Amino acid sequence: MSWDEFVTSVDEYQDEVAVVNKYGLHARPALQLVDTANRFDCNITVANGDTEMDAKSIMSVMQLAATRGTRLRLRARGPNAKEAVAALKDLINSGFGEE
Amino acid sequence: MEIKKGIGVSPGVVICRAFVLDTEEFPIPERHVDAAAAKGELERLRQAVVDSKRDVVLLRDRMADQIGDETAAIFDFHLRMLDDKVMLRRVRDVVRDQGVTAEHAVATVFRDYAKEYLNMPQFWAERVKDVHDIQKRLLRNLIGQSRATLDHLDRDVALLAHDLTPSQTASLDRSHVLGLATDAGGRTSHTAIVAHALGIPAVVGLKDVTLSVQPGQTVIIDGNRGVVVIDPDEATIAEHRHYVRRLAEMERQLVALRDLPAVTRDGHEITLMGNIEFPQEAATVLEKGGAGIGLYRTEYLYLGSESEPTEQQHYDAYCQAIALAAGRPVVIRTLDLGADKYTQDRALVPERNPMLGLRSIRYCLRNIPLFKTQIRAVLRAALTGPVSLLFPLITNLMELRQAKMIVRDVIEDLEEEGVEFMADVPIGMMVEVPSAALMCDAFAREVDFFSIGTNDLVQYTLAVDRGNERVASLYTAAHPAVLRLIKDVVRAGQRHDVSVSLCGEIASDPEFTLLLLGLGLRVFSIAPPAIPEIKRIIRSVTLEQAMLIARKAMTFDSDKQVTSYLRDQTRRLVPDAF
Repeated sequence: MSWDEFVTSVDEYQDEVAVVNKYGLHARPALQLVDTANRFDCNITVANGDTEMDAKSIMSVMQLAATRGTRLRLRARGPNAKEAVAALKDLINSGFGEE
Repeated sequence: MEIKKGIGVSPGVVICRAFVLDTEEFPIPERHVDAAAAKGELERLRQAVVDSKRDVVLLRDRMADQIGDETAAIFDFHLRMLDDKVMLRRVRDVVRDQGVTAEHAVATVFRDYAKEYLNMPQFWAERVKDVHDIQKRLLRNLIGQSRATLDHLDRDVALLAHDLTPSQTASLDRSHVLGLATDAGGRTSHTAIVAHALGIPAVVGLKDVTLSVQPGQTVIIDGNRGVVVIDPDEATIAEHRHYVRRLAEMERQLVALRDLPAVTRDGHEITLMGNIEFPQEAATVLEKGGAGIGLYRTEYLYLGSESEPTEQQHYDAYCQAIALAAGRPVVIRTLDLGADKYTQDRALVPERNPMLGLRSIRYCLRNIPLFKTQIRAVLRAALTGPVSLLFPLITNLMELRQAKMIVRDVIEDLEEEGVEFMADVPIGMMVEVPSAALMCDAFAREVDFFSIGTNDLVQYTLAVDRGNERVASLYTAAHPAVLRLIKDVVRAGQRHDVSVSLCGEIASDPEFTLLLLGLGLRVFSIAPPAIPEIKRIIRSVTLEQAMLIARKAMTFDSDKQVTSYLRDQTRRLVPDAF
């Protein structure tokens, strides 16, 4: 295993965050989440309970049907995993710019 | 020849070729391919995704120009769906594992997605529309369809569809679509809005018209009478051509009436107002010579958007209508929904009998924040012009008092917040259930005006759902029981000096004009296109003639007698009335 591959394999990070905006992860917030996730090269998932979905897939993120108050678990594996999770957490915490 | 009855939502008559938009799934033959061909299938899929994205980008840009970025945002959602790696992997796996064509795999995967979405909570389940939209787009590009598309029509057509989706509407070739007809939809459907915007006739709620018509057949879309004729015979076409010419001729004559007052030959002034659903229609009312907006139905504010309208959205719509009414009165009716998608989707348990259920004012009184939001906007907008507030479906005094109490609450809130508003807005109620009509003396002491809603009054008095074709023939405003209720309300208004208007469909029906005049009605609120016609009838008679006719009409025992008598009398006094 090369050094780069080794670093990548161990670069893993996860965190939890609650949905705060009024209508939850409906189309528009889901779009923002997916766009943010796609800025990173690492693999990112977002989970609602046992349902874990690819954070870069709009059709999957919608399937979380996350309403306000839902706790989501963010998990990233690969380059910049920590930054990716932090960016997503900030976005969700900000309520996606909604009231 | 086949005649289909629906709901006319945009006036006018058109005779032309049918363009049938199939919303049926594309017929996808299950065709197996060998492993070698699978690679070619994946290449076709890749190309279809590229083509579909190009289509969506074009659509988005066109929509952004026409209706603003906000609505066009839905297409960004579509673009991300087409880019969705998880979805594409699923399609790829089906092609490889099952050895089928790309279109078969797309159909399979999207059918599963649709099922998954439909099982989700309301907000998310609605997105199944987008799943279908993307599926169709991909399939269309895969199949490389040769059929004509909506944005490239080479001749004039009447468009028939199950229901129009926003994508379809966006790509309409406006210069060649002369009429719309849909299976689904009601008075406030997307089709209605589009037809109004384009100024073309439309009929909705036709149930199965798309199954009955063949592409290329001649159809007549009659938005005035809510009828679609499929493959009409020569005589019917001739009759409609004649009708179209007469409408145009009448239109010309009636324009001349616009600036004349609605006054009887013996000098009694009648007020003719217009009913509207969209604020822009206020301009049409004035163009047709209306004296104001007698009924602004606000339901579209709720049905037209995904979430509850904000106070600002209400306010903007009201201000627009008030500005267009240019100093003439505007009567704003509070939310009158129920028995439809809006309330039923939000109900935990669907109602077994929604027409007798939690609808209209009842729904508002159970959803106070929603109700207050609307009233706040009305009181604020009232600063910009003369506005009245109208409560629908009042059945007992308590409801009326509760609603008025909420208005007082809102006034206190606005005062506390230091928000500018108008406090003394006249308050009226719809009289549209028999209990309200029978108790109108008591109600008259507590309102500033009555508005008789005959559509519901007929339904509740005669226990007939006119949308149910098995009993629809029993639905008639000429039933003596209905006429007596109308008469009682008009008389109560006179006794208590409470103004009475009538805003149901019969106000726009020339056959009823003499009767209503004779019963003492002085304010008619009608569909804007009918204003000139009703004005002409009013100007052709004396009040005395109308009173004699009303007195006689009230002596009949059956609606058939009433109808034929009124028709005869109207023809006698206004020979070219129909």
